[in-house]
Amino acid sequence: MADRAGTAGAHDAQGGAERTVAPRPATEPLVRFDGIVKRFGDSTALDRLTLDIHGGEFFALLGPSGCGKSTLLRLLAGFETPSEGRVLLAGDDIGHVPPYRRPVNMMFQSYALFPHLTVAENVAFGLRQEGLPRREVAARVAEMLALVRLEEFARRRPDRLSGGERQRVALARSLAKRPRVLLLDEPLAALDKRLREQTQYELMDLQDRLGTTFVIVTHDQEEAMTVADRIAVMSRGRVVQVGVPAEIYEQPNSRYVAEFVGDVNLLEGRLTSSGPSGSVIASPAGRLASTQRIDAVPGATVWVALRPEKLRLAAGPPGDVAENCVRGTVLDIGYLGSLSVYKVALDNGAVMKAAVANTTRLVEQPIGRNDRVWLSWTSQAGVVLTR
Amino acid sequence: MTDRTTPWSLRLALLVPYLWLAALFLVPFLIVLKISLSQTALAQPPYLPVLDPGGGLAGLKDFLAALSLGSYAILLSDTLYVWSYLKSLEIAALSTVILLVIGYPVAYGMARAPRGLQGVLVVLVILPFFTSFLIRVYAWISILQHDGLLNRALVWVGAIGAPVTWLATDTAVYIGIVYSYFPFMVLPLYAALERQDERLREAAADLGSPPWKTFWLVTVPLSRSGIIAGTLLCFIPIAGEFVIPDLLGSSSTMMIGQTLWTEFFANRDWPVASAVAVVLLCLLVAPIVIFQHHEARQFDDGR
Repeated sequence: MADRAGTAGAHDAQGGAERTVAPRPATEPLVRFDGIVKRFGDSTALDRLTLDIHGGEFFALLGPSGCGKSTLLRLLAGFETPSEGRVLLAGDDIGHVPPYRRPVNMMFQSYALFPHLTVAENVAFGLRQEGLPRREVAARVAEMLALVRLEEFARRRPDRLSGGERQRVALARSLAKRPRVLLLDEPLAALDKRLREQTQYELMDLQDRLGTTFVIVTHDQEEAMTVADRIAVMSRGRVVQVGVPAEIYEQPNSRYVAEFVGDVNLLEGRLTSSGPSGSVIASPAGRLASTQRIDAVPGATVWVALRPEKLRLAAGPPGDVAENCVRGTVLDIGYLGSLSVYKVALDNGAVMKAAVANTTRLVEQPIGRNDRVWLSWTSQAGVVLTR
Repeated sequence: MTDRTTPWSLRLALLVPYLWLAALFLVPFLIVLKISLSQTALAQPPYLPVLDPGGGLAGLKDFLAALSLGSYAILLSDTLYVWSYLKSLEIAALSTVILLVIGYPVAYGMARAPRGLQGVLVVLVILPFFTSFLIRVYAWISILQHDGLLNRALVWVGAIGAPVTWLATDTAVYIGIVYSYFPFMVLPLYAALERQDERLREAAADLGSPPWKTFWLVTVPLSRSGIIAGTLLCFIPIAGEFVIPDLLGSSSTMMIGQTLWTEFFANRDWPVASAVAVVLLCLLVAPIVIFQHHEARQFDDGR
């Protein structure tokens, strides 16, 4: 999982200046969606979508419900056929190959365990279809049950298992045939928060050990960021942005991505000037400066996206109040333990969020409700968005 | 069943079905059982002994001493009864298999039909109930008779040269039974298939199972409850069927229901008729008890 480690440094606020290209394997992609259109009657679920997924990746399709992410997964599984375009697996067009002849397996959101079969029979189902010898099936089932630590449940029926155990049976069943690609459709949605977080790390560990390509569909941005090597953010049947989690978070390419992934403050303004040294934006909140170069004509409407944790909150004015600095009143404080989120009402009426790490053990915070405060940020902290 | 903590209101509610079963099933059965142990007589009622409540303890003793298994001995001694039983079971078993083979695809098609259409299809299946059962069986007579609709249609199409005898054959009985019991097979199958999770079939396909295999490995096993319900709902009443073989069959298709009717109304031999009914009941209850036992054991295995 070199990707995940390699981008850890991008978490500091200085990373905003250079648009780094995500490290991508140089090899041919394992899965390629090529100009996919999928229509259901009058509605278009996928609209000329093109996307590459590489071998060995943990890839997340992220988006709100109805954005087409599940349809894309079902296209890869073979439950839907594309209206237009091609689905390529290792270079072969599999768009019209039936699901039972595809070397991909899916873990269903509802798990779809066979209620009339035991845990072991569920896991063995796919292997029996391959016509493997009985002894080999038994060995592989034992291996899979050991992998998800369910050995002692082999003879139980699914309705006698807890939600977390069923989830593991479903995982074992979908991995038993050693698929080229494992598809996970909201695999953790039915688990409670603590179990979900624990299972996320188990999935990552499993993917690391097996080296299988995982494609996960989720609407939970934290889940996608935690587990995935790369994320495709989708909206209305299209991919809006593809990148490693830090790239999606720190360098969103649109207001949609910035707002969907994490908390963000968006300041609207007009571009005054842009050059190699950076750009200047005039906004109701004052002059905004960024080291980022913008491909837009002066006068164009742009937005500066600022993550709450990139803002500095202070009771007094910072050194330079001419730019990247606003004044307001604390409206509300959300105390989350590790950090506190301050909602600040600016003098022009807008509300901004600032997250401050609670590095001391003081119960009484130095800044309270209704206090006058200053918010400031460096010229690398924000991302200037043109759409 | 009810323990100390069960509130009296719940006990009262539980009492209702038990009273119902006792009054309308158990008591009549005991009366029939008692008659089957009596002797036929030219009297009113036409059997002996009759329990006289005024006779006291001695009267009860005389009454019990007069009971005998004579009617059951008659059932065993005369091959007519044995053959009727076997014929009934044969017709019931074969018709149930035919019903299952025809009914399953119909129920499957209904369950896969668009949601909006399913209600219409269910109504169509139960539509025959809107006319009297007798009228529908009589209608089959006019279809199956020598110059009936079926023969005329077949001659007109050229499938047969001359009219064929349908009526008063086993075929006519099977046609009548399969037609009449069709809804009783289709509706439980439909109910079982309709609630099946579509994702399970997708999961089977995903794991490499082609559609025909998925049908046998997933769809059929999961519709087991519907298959059992439909089979019992058809097999049991068909075994005791009287009207259809009487109207569409011949003397060679003598089912036990007809034998029973003859004993009651033609021979006025109530004890033998009652014995016929008791044996039929035992024959039909046995498979249900075995099945129940099997179900309970399987449920325990799943724990």
